[in-house]
Amino acid sequence: MKTKKISIIGFGAVGQGVARSILAKKEYLHKQGIDLRVIGISDSKGSEINIKGIDLESALKRKKQKGTVAKGNDTALDIIRNVEHDIVVEATPTNIENGEPGLSNMLAAFDAGRHVVTSNKGPLALHFTELKEAAEDNGLHFRYEATVGGAVPIFNLVHEALAGNTVIGIEGILNGTCNYILTRMAEERMPYELVLKEAQELGIAEADPTYDVEGIDSACKLVIIANSVFGQDAAYHDVDATGITKITPEALELANRNNYVVKLVCEAGDKLTVAPRLVPKRHPLAVGGTLNVASILTDLAGRITISGKGAGSIETASSILSDILYIARNS
Amino acid sequence: PRGTIPVQVTFEIEHRVLNKLIERLEKSGVKVARVGEERLRATVSVILIGHIVHSDMGDTIDRIDSTGFAEVVDMSLSMPVIEKASSAYLVINAVGEKELCKALDILRDVAHKKDLLIIEPIRLNSGGA
Repeated sequence: MKTKKISIIGFGAVGQGVARSILAKKEYLHKQGIDLRVIGISDSKGSEINIKGIDLESALKRKKQKGTVAKGNDTALDIIRNVEHDIVVEATPTNIENGEPGLSNMLAAFDAGRHVVTSNKGPLALHFTELKEAAEDNGLHFRYEATVGGAVPIFNLVHEALAGNTVIGIEGILNGTCNYILTRMAEERMPYELVLKEAQELGIAEADPTYDVEGIDSACKLVIIANSVFGQDAAYHDVDATGITKITPEALELANRNNYVVKLVCEAGDKLTVAPRLVPKRHPLAVGGTLNVASILTDLAGRITISGKGAGSIETASSILSDILYIARNS
Repeated sequence: PRGTIPVQVTFEIEHRVLNKLIERLEKSGVKVARVGEERLRATVSVILIGHIVHSDMGDTIDRIDSTGFAEVVDMSLSMPVIEKASSAYLVINAVGEKELCKALDILRDVAHKKDLLIIEPIRLNSGGA
């Protein structure tokens, strides 16, 4: 049995999803010969540390009842630097201004000789090359499948399954909130403002939706794709991003009459663009609701398109768990 | 009935070599039944959103039509409420793909200056146009 000790830094929806997934998959993991032991969990109010392995059920219960997992005052950086373990799961919220606290957490992890698995887009959209080099310099794994497309395994597909192919271009719909809003506007002929309100009530859009509807979230994801797949050194400011706030129900109706749908499409190739686009109704990118989709054009395999749930606690945890297992099997 | 088998073959050919082709075909006993001219062979659809009418719609279309190599060949306009943004669906044809890209560049420039949102098809090489 291979034991891998893990810390979960950030215990919001994603961090809790990771804990639930590890609990749910305990038997499956044992059959695979892997024992994942969570030795530290931290949130904004404090942390719990147990080098023998935290009882995840009671940690989740405590978080639900008290709003925090805290049993002590050790910070995230204290756990990363001072508690012996193998993998840091960095799941703090995305900060697009300076990437913190995720950036410092990840750099500290590499410095302490720990692999990093993350769902946090901010540090990767701003400092991808720096983080990749820090991992490589220390001979460590840096896995970030959960940063783009939620459960949709874009990086695994490109780097593992499509190894040997040259990727010519990638197009995708990488923001479920925008996709939901555009789908509902088209279906119900409702104005943007009303559908946004509906999405907020359903918890699909944030109270301040700027990050999603202005295309910033999509731009961050596109930058991570550009850097990871095309070896670029781009930051999210390099993306030409246009959001969906000006789109009218009439425009969607005109598109519909001519057999198109309008989608917020990310395009990575010679240029990095996020913009509303006309997509033929039968095109593989024409997915509805909150779904995400990525279409990858390669020289050998041609075009490969995958779609799936782009957000959600367990869906994102699926990508994180997959990255953890990759490291467990390859280190 | 005339002792010949009717076969329809279509040639796409530039105008300057058309007569030579007809001559050669007829010399070899092939009857040319029809010759047609199709000038604008490349096409793209776009949607514009904003104050399309009040920002001189005629001028927007003229900027494409006056190129000589591209034309706005179809347009549908929806303007539900005065003072609010209108939406228009435009079809632009051009003599070739290169010229179509130039026409789109012009439209992007015009849209930017008139504060109109332009929604283009997904990349031309992905079957979107």
